[in-house]
Amino acid sequence: MSSEPVVSVRDLRVYYGTPRGTVRAVDRVSLDIGESEVLGLVGESGCGKSTLGRGILGLLPESAALDGQVLYGERDLVAMSPRDLRRLRGPDLGLIFQEPMTRLNPLMRIEDHFRETLEQHESGLTDHEIRKRSLETLGRMGIPPTRFRQYPHEFSGGMRQRIMIALALVLRPKLLIADEPTTSLDVIVEAQILRILADLRENFGTALLLITHNLGIVAEACDRVAVMYAGQIAEEGDARAVFSAPAHPYTRELLRSTISLDTTELHSIPGAPPDLVEPPRGCRFHPRCPNAMAVCASQDPIEQPLEDGRRVLCWLYGPAEVIPAGGESPLEREAIAVADEA
Amino acid sequence: MHDAVNGPLVAIRGLKTYYPIRGSFLQRLVGREAGYVKAVDDVSLELRKGEVLGLVGESGSGKTTLGRTLLGLVPATEGSIEFDGREITHMSERELRVLRREMQIVFQDPHASLNPAMTIEQSVGHPLQIHGVGSAAERRRRIAETLETVGLAPPEQFMEKYPSDLSGGQKQRAVIARAIILNPVLLVADEPVSMLDMSVRAKILQLMLDLKRELDLTYLYITHDLATAKFFCDRIAILYLGRIVEIGPAEAIYESPRHPYTKALLRAIPEPDPLRTVPRDLPRGEVPDAARPPLGCTFHPRCPQAFEVCGWESRDLRDLLETRWAHQEEERYVAERALLDDLDPLDAAATRASVRAAGGHSGAEVLELLETIRHEDPDEPFWRGVGRMTAADRHVDVEWEEPLAPRPLVDGEVTVECHLYDEDALAEASRRRAATNGTTDR
Repeated sequence: MSSEPVVSVRDLRVYYGTPRGTVRAVDRVSLDIGESEVLGLVGESGCGKSTLGRGILGLLPESAALDGQVLYGERDLVAMSPRDLRRLRGPDLGLIFQEPMTRLNPLMRIEDHFRETLEQHESGLTDHEIRKRSLETLGRMGIPPTRFRQYPHEFSGGMRQRIMIALALVLRPKLLIADEPTTSLDVIVEAQILRILADLRENFGTALLLITHNLGIVAEACDRVAVMYAGQIAEEGDARAVFSAPAHPYTRELLRSTISLDTTELHSIPGAPPDLVEPPRGCRFHPRCPNAMAVCASQDPIEQPLEDGRRVLCWLYGPAEVIPAGGESPLEREAIAVADEA
Repeated sequence: MHDAVNGPLVAIRGLKTYYPIRGSFLQRLVGREAGYVKAVDDVSLELRKGEVLGLVGESGSGKTTLGRTLLGLVPATEGSIEFDGREITHMSERELRVLRREMQIVFQDPHASLNPAMTIEQSVGHPLQIHGVGSAAERRRRIAETLETVGLAPPEQFMEKYPSDLSGGQKQRAVIARAIILNPVLLVADEPVSMLDMSVRAKILQLMLDLKRELDLTYLYITHDLATAKFFCDRIAILYLGRIVEIGPAEAIYESPRHPYTKALLRAIPEPDPLRTVPRDLPRGEVPDAARPPLGCTFHPRCPQAFEVCGWESRDLRDLLETRWAHQEEERYVAERALLDDLDPLDAAATRASVRAAGGHSGAEVLELLETIRHEDPDEPFWRGVGRMTAADRHVDVEWEEPLAPRPLVDGEVTVECHLYDEDALAEASRRRAATNGTTDR
């Protein structure tokens, strides 16, 4: 990433209080998202990726505690008052959710959705300007102007999601966070929407954080990727580099267990992701890691930069001077019980 | 059992499952139907014993309805389903209940498939209770054995638990345990892994493969995911709007897909290997409303290769105009739109339409607009289907080529329903092309 980041996340932590104890959903995560960049955030359910996305925008429930920094220009979103933050959401920071139907008001025409959004955030626009801006954005998403006055139920699922994207983009935000934007859509429509998202940077200069569990989507649409496991970033770097030569054992195993058209043999990761109330000591992946060493079970890994600009949270990459004597010997452990399998 | 060794386990012939559309209150009052959704429309296929057949399609393809009709959960409208030599479409609910010991289903959402108020023991043992199998002690033993079979071991650890105590993968294992506890012959698996995480999918598929071998099962695997289907299935049937557009051995389908829709589905799969990603030309649009399917081949509006006889019609003209306007400067859209009257009359499933000019404009102007659109993109397949456009005083009459209904064509081991592979349809198209070129001046 060459340009100045649009958003810098520093040591972000999000904890939830639950009756069973504190869930450390996001634990000391740092990330930069550059201008016109598409960053993929991948991980399995429960890894904290959605919480991270919402944490960046300050959209967390009240039971959540937020700590660390989210720098947007000079300002820190974590320290900002709810009122100031609300003002940034929309024109500066946009969000696209998974289920488009639940986010559009069924009683409002598409036109009124756009009117309301634009009037709320950019007062002083004339009717003609509102119409022009809206139709232009909708057109880029393939929604014809003839349907501007229709209601949400008159559109298909794929079109509604395009309308949602247009509604976020019409304010020309600097950063857009899309949380599983294609999960409930058919494959062909999913591919159409991904193309639109990947073209965002050319058409709008918007930075995009694309949150997904689908590695194929990241490979196709993203410049960089951050792989999340148990609330932490296991590996982050250029998407092509990460996918063609994964550094972290979790990335490697996740890629191997993904079923694609080339799959000739099934592969899976033994065990299941940990309970984030009581995550394992040391590296959180060590109980399931085929490369685990003695040190992995006792000490937290230290983030290491790799030569190609990647960073990885894994003891295999050192720092060697911190690993105690004998720490590199293979980890002895009990077999994972079948009952712990997902 | 009858002819279990030689004949197919399931033989479906000419199956139609139609859902009536509920019209308005008034229409219902006078007993008039508002029409049907042809969820399954004339499907024939066979399922051999020990085979895994994949039913692949997008939402609205009818794949789930087909699976449910097979299990007698939805009544068939027409056609026949033989299971192990017995015709089941006319069976009573009582006869079906007996039969369901032999055919079971696994649903997509493991979280919704288990009753949250029942323990795993109660849920998994429920079929035994319904069918009155064994004593309480025997049932408990069988439940324990089955839990162990699906990998929920040691079973004592799971019997007393509730669904909320289990992970998604464990729940799906429990659902599978419930499905196999009566020793069925056939398992209909409706998207069994699509709600699960990537690293769990492989485990559940592996379990299903192991069970198939151990218990001699036959699977009908219903999915939208061509990647898992490729790995999992012996044969594949591709469904689009209630019809099988292509069916054959998995290998043949993936190596050389024939139907343009199959090709499109394969191209749309996101590829995790960045070195293999290629720019893709995707079909436009989405699956149309099954209540108002397109004429001719129902895939024609999205098909890049559709030609004269594929079913081009009035509604396609509206789509063409709207797609054009979506990508145009506002001024130009406003000017073009102002030429035309209300577009709603184009929404009929018809091969003739009159495009009316708005007040103050003439039919000749409308024709000029249509000719301009054709001129700007002459390769657009839509124009192949237009037979004639004639300007009248205040409107333009458009006539499309009469569509031919696609029919199943056998090509080696694969059967495909597409005019591109139909010599007669190709000949008819070129005959019409010659006739059109001879009669109209362009």
